[in-house]
Amino acid sequence: MRNSFVGSPVERREDLRFVRGRGQYVDDLNPDGLLHAVILRSSFAHGRIRSIDASATVKLAGVHAVITARDMPGGPPRIPMRLQPLPEFMPFEQGVIADTKVRYVGEPIAVVVATSVAVGEDALDHIVVDIEPLPAVSDCETSAAGDRLLFEQQGANCAMTFTAECGDADAAFKAAAYVRREKFRTGRHFGLTLEPRGVMAEWDAATGRLTVSGAAKVPFFNRRVLAEQMGLPEDSIAMIENDVGGGFGARGEFYPEDFLIPFAARYTGRPVKWIEDRRENLMAMNHARQAQVEVEIACAHDGTILALRGHAHVDMGAYMRTNGAVAARNIAQFMAGPYRIPNIRVKSSLWMTNKTPVGTYRGPGRFETDFFRERLLDMVAKDLRLDRVELRRRNLIPASHMPYPLPAIAPFPASDEIDSGDYRATLDRCLEEFGWADKAKLAGKLIDGRFHGLAVGCFIEGGAAGPKETARLEINPDGSVAVFIGSSAVGQGVETVFAQIAADALEIPMDRISGVHHGSTAYVSDGYGAYHSRSVVMGGSALLDATKNLHNLIRTAAAKRFGCLPSEIKISEDGIVGPHGSSARFADFAGLTAEGAFLNKKHTYTFGAHAAHVTVDARIGRIEIIDYLAVTDCGRIINPMTVRGQVIGSLVQGLGGALLEDLKYDKDGQLLTGSLADYLLPSASDFPNLRAVVTEMFPSPINPLGAKGAGEGGIISAGGVVANAVANALGAFGVEPRELPLTPQRVWEMVEAGRLAT
Amino acid sequence: MPLSFEVNGKQVTVEVEPRMTLVDCLRHKLRLTGTHVGCEHGVCGACTILLDGEAVRACLILAVQAEGCKIVTIEGLSNDEALTPLQASFRRHHAVQCGFCTPGMITTAHALLSEEPDCDADRVREVLSGNICRCTGYISIVEAVLDARSAYRPPESQP
Ligand code: FES
Ligand code: FES
Repeated sequence: MRNSFVGSPVERREDLRFVRGRGQYVDDLNPDGLLHAVILRSSFAHGRIRSIDASATVKLAGVHAVITARDMPGGPPRIPMRLQPLPEFMPFEQGVIADTKVRYVGEPIAVVVATSVAVGEDALDHIVVDIEPLPAVSDCETSAAGDRLLFEQQGANCAMTFTAECGDADAAFKAAAYVRREKFRTGRHFGLTLEPRGVMAEWDAATGRLTVSGAAKVPFFNRRVLAEQMGLPEDSIAMIENDVGGGFGARGEFYPEDFLIPFAARYTGRPVKWIEDRRENLMAMNHARQAQVEVEIACAHDGTILALRGHAHVDMGAYMRTNGAVAARNIAQFMAGPYRIPNIRVKSSLWMTNKTPVGTYRGPGRFETDFFRERLLDMVAKDLRLDRVELRRRNLIPASHMPYPLPAIAPFPASDEIDSGDYRATLDRCLEEFGWADKAKLAGKLIDGRFHGLAVGCFIEGGAAGPKETARLEINPDGSVAVFIGSSAVGQGVETVFAQIAADALEIPMDRISGVHHGSTAYVSDGYGAYHSRSVVMGGSALLDATKNLHNLIRTAAAKRFGCLPSEIKISEDGIVGPHGSSARFADFAGLTAEGAFLNKKHTYTFGAHAAHVTVDARIGRIEIIDYLAVTDCGRIINPMTVRGQVIGSLVQGLGGALLEDLKYDKDGQLLTGSLADYLLPSASDFPNLRAVVTEMFPSPINPLGAKGAGEGGIISAGGVVANAVANALGAFGVEPRELPLTPQRVWEMVEAGRLAT
Repeated sequence: MPLSFEVNGKQVTVEVEPRMTLVDCLRHKLRLTGTHVGCEHGVCGACTILLDGEAVRACLILAVQAEGCKIVTIEGLSNDEALTPLQASFRRHHAVQCGFCTPGMITTAHALLSEEPDCDADRVREVLSGNICRCTGYISIVEAVLDARSAYRPPESQP
């Protein structure tokens, strides 16, 4: 049977439990004897801890323990970086609990373990903490001034500067006919998940085994870290992935609580659960995005881009977290996006500030650079009186230049190249589908009190990070096959997608895939999880390898049984057939299991183009999205329905970052947006007019599936395209947005400034 | 203090502290974990339940306020045999990704469609704007709700 589940819009298996409210998230777990942890967090952005007195607190009824740094022999362990683990970053890594200093509002100071959350929260008030406040570093400028140090022994607040380079940018600028220099900023927002984070840990003192529920994204890496911190052998820890209420890059990295809760469970000898509340979430989960850049572009008169030069400054927050360097690094390496720019030198400096530390959020460094670069391109088009589309088309990397090398990056060099794609064709598809030719006539027009604006932008999206993924197949007693995979689920539908891939590879109906078991450390020998849009590409490719291995095992076993050669065995949906009418069923080989792996050093690059039509009410600064189209070519499509879901979902997140979401701090480093009433998320009535087209014209040549990562494409262009559409609408006022988000107030201010100038 | 109400057709009596919210009571006392908690301050809608037929936020109500009321949760809107037309529509339209907002969405949509089976897209968006979904971007959720309208119309008005 030749199946074709791959490529079909198969309805998701996981939905059967989700729509009935039968998903099982970490807060749904309730083992016997469960205790609850609550965390005392710093209310100061920067300060020296003089003393912590919890002597009255431990005596309170219902309180089982109060844990502080002093309870950790040898001091609180540090959380190591998972990506770009450079020695220069080590002094900036976060300890699991504050010891001598606090460096952001929300930093854990003490853990109370109590019979209920309410009892624990009451108890927090009884802990006496004496902190000597220090002046806070609340932005990059203050950080760079250097008179307030987060880490005194380092002597400076800059953790690192990355440089991406190709050609000779300085020489190209000297010789260029046209140069433009600009400054841009992106706001601070983050991968808020609707389910807050949570950890539940159970310690079995008799066997020395630890079970941790609530794991997500990278359970195998986190297990290695936890084992080291707790002084336990790795195989005595099981990380369990429950249903996960959203990931977006932020959930599942190793956070302080990922040590504190297991530690509390061992300390008290009881199961301990901690569930983040929303206020904590806004100050504890990795922040992202806040960067400012000074960037220059050099062009020939016909708009051919000759060079790009710039320096970005990234507001890192107080510590280098597990993947904290990724966005800053990407800002340096991906400033050119999908365009062929022969000479590049972009630096990106990482500044420590007294704010919640940053980590990755969907499209890290790409959302930022796309805003910077696409804005700059529209300014160039205006200066040189060129058509905006033509300018882009002229400079896109031509299909004939694939694979195309990315600029070299240092330190932590990683050579990388773009795998495949015809960018001009995809841009044309976007324009046609959008109706650009007609709509462009509305540019700048005032109709019924609203100015109309249009914009188009192009992006690339990296995916499929290596080094490896593992999958295992096992034949069940009833002849069905179970799939075990090292990739993780964060809501993207992996149970369905892997069942599709496995059914096609094994050439059996999908209902004979009994289940897809993912993410937990017990299932495969090693796993790498869900980040960098890698789950499907890496796990799916490993699954193909496991299928081959399972078929070989079946052939060998069947040959032995039938007394023939393995090559004489035929495997089909109906069973296993040997020579001379001998046959067997899958069930006869129950228990056979085969692992497979896929190793990969290269990345896949999905490409796309977005077009937007907005209106702006200049009197109140209100922006409305009239039409928005995202076209993405993401290689081989496994499930068109879920890919489209990824594009639209990430697009709305991108529009949130472009227009609404903003984590605000005051000069003292106090977070001003501590609830969902202050931190604005997109709602159902905000963006009704969005369209997504997903194509599969250019399968990836670097993995057997031909698939590319596709989880981030919707978000990357959103900021740049919307800002360009607003500039286009408000051209009469000379409005040129240089900062996101485009809140009504900011838009109104730009309009007013324009009115005054004219 | 003791508290009695009806949940999903069953009369229950539980012992609660006066300060316990209704959502905590449902989730942790009665183990009805299909109702979720996303903010505890009335913004996200993940905790939406039906209280005497109306969609309300169970994080903003104290359990004791529900004395004598009739409560329906997502568990009460589901059965083992098959998906309801609304649930099937959510699945068909891929209106579910991580599933965390889903019970609240379905409960809110059920209340809306029960009252207004002929509502239009704008009305659906208006009502659902009190429920946050961080994954789907809402387009598919609105489509799913609109597509389920016919199941809520009285049989004689169906073609
Ligand atoms: S948990 Fe009740 S509205 Fe968010
Ligand atoms: S499906 Fe994840 S929040 Fe809606």
